[in-house]
Amino acid sequence: MSTSQTEPNKGELFEFLCRMGDNTLVLGHRVSEWCGHAPVLEEDIALANTALDLIGQTTLWLDLAGKVEDAGRDADRLAFHRDVWDFRNLLLVEQPNGDFGQTIMRQFLFDAWHLSQLTALMESSDAQIAAIAEKSSKEATYHLERATDTVIGLGDGTDESHRRMQNALDLLWPYVGEMFVADAVDEAMVAAGIAPDPASLRPAYDTLVNDVFTAATLTKPQDDFGHRGGKSGKRHSEHLGHMLTQMQWLQRAYPDATW
Amino acid sequence: MVVEKPSLETVWGWLHAVPDPEIPVISLTDLGIIRDVQWQDDTLEVTVTPTYSGCPATTIINLDIETALRGHGIEKLALKRQLSPAWTSDWMTDAGRAKLESYGIAPPQPAGGPERCPRCKSTQLEKISQFGSTPCKAQWRCTDCLEPFDYFKCI
Repeated sequence: MSTSQTEPNKGELFEFLCRMGDNTLVLGHRVSEWCGHAPVLEEDIALANTALDLIGQTTLWLDLAGKVEDAGRDADRLAFHRDVWDFRNLLLVEQPNGDFGQTIMRQFLFDAWHLSQLTALMESSDAQIAAIAEKSSKEATYHLERATDTVIGLGDGTDESHRRMQNALDLLWPYVGEMFVADAVDEAMVAAGIAPDPASLRPAYDTLVNDVFTAATLTKPQDDFGHRGGKSGKRHSEHLGHMLTQMQWLQRAYPDATW
Repeated sequence: MVVEKPSLETVWGWLHAVPDPEIPVISLTDLGIIRDVQWQDDTLEVTVTPTYSGCPATTIINLDIETALRGHGIEKLALKRQLSPAWTSDWMTDAGRAKLESYGIAPPQPAGGPERCPRCKSTQLEKISQFGSTPCKAQWRCTDCLEPFDYFKCI
């Protein structure tokens, strides 16, 4: 990416990798909550497969985070033994599933960012990050394709499906801004040529989502206010803690239990 | 004592006989996920790439490789995971594609959808879902014989 590079410190790199891994972990868990509950069988299978891809990607990111940290924590340890304030995922992905429309809208808003982030990371100065991004981007391409088709199909569908998709967009749009705001960790990654400046991904994102919303006959909210605090870990929403009580209960009740 | 190491060709032959745990009609080498086999001194190093990052078959595949090679007397074995270049369905062999089709799974096509119904060979097809019974498959249906079938996704 950049030609003059400054090595990031271990803590910053660990933080960045946790952000990547926690996004896919939390969204993967959320999506897996649909297993056995989706409106039709095909969607149930699609959601479960999407969750599986995301959890697979999580293993790659958090294993690398654990190696960088070098404190004896692997992906499982990081996923199941950290508490809510140690999570670094975007607020968007921890939002509850709501109805099917809300789940699909959340997926679309995330996938559109995720794919462009992964595409940029394929050029990372860190070979291991580039390799994980290369692997994950193939799956994210597929996810975005499906989310796009579904947003358009439901937005431009019946009155009922349109209403639900518009409600989902109004509810979730305030969580989009956080994806594009840089902090000290991002700046260190940019300086080291490891990751792109988050703001640089915004124009292409806006073009993509605007095109899809037009095709879906949905109206993007005027207000661009964005909630923050997920990726820094400072202010998660109340939903994440509740989710972790489900996701982590076995390791909490029986620490270090193995299969 | 001098121990004769089996040739790499022999080892590839053994791996060719290890079936994919999810689609046992094709072998791991048909699938194209064995990327390299090398002797590092007296340790046999096998490089494997996952098809999908979350595919639950990955751990079983590693176990099957280990079991097969140990069964052939390999004592020192190292399995390496390689992520880049990422696996592509282009690495599936022609023999593997033919075996998939005769098993009832339409092989991957660059066009992004199946070429024909694996049962009646009709080209009148419709997509049911972008996802199927495993991460590597999608669900399609033949509008002539009306049978639904799995399509091995092209990635």
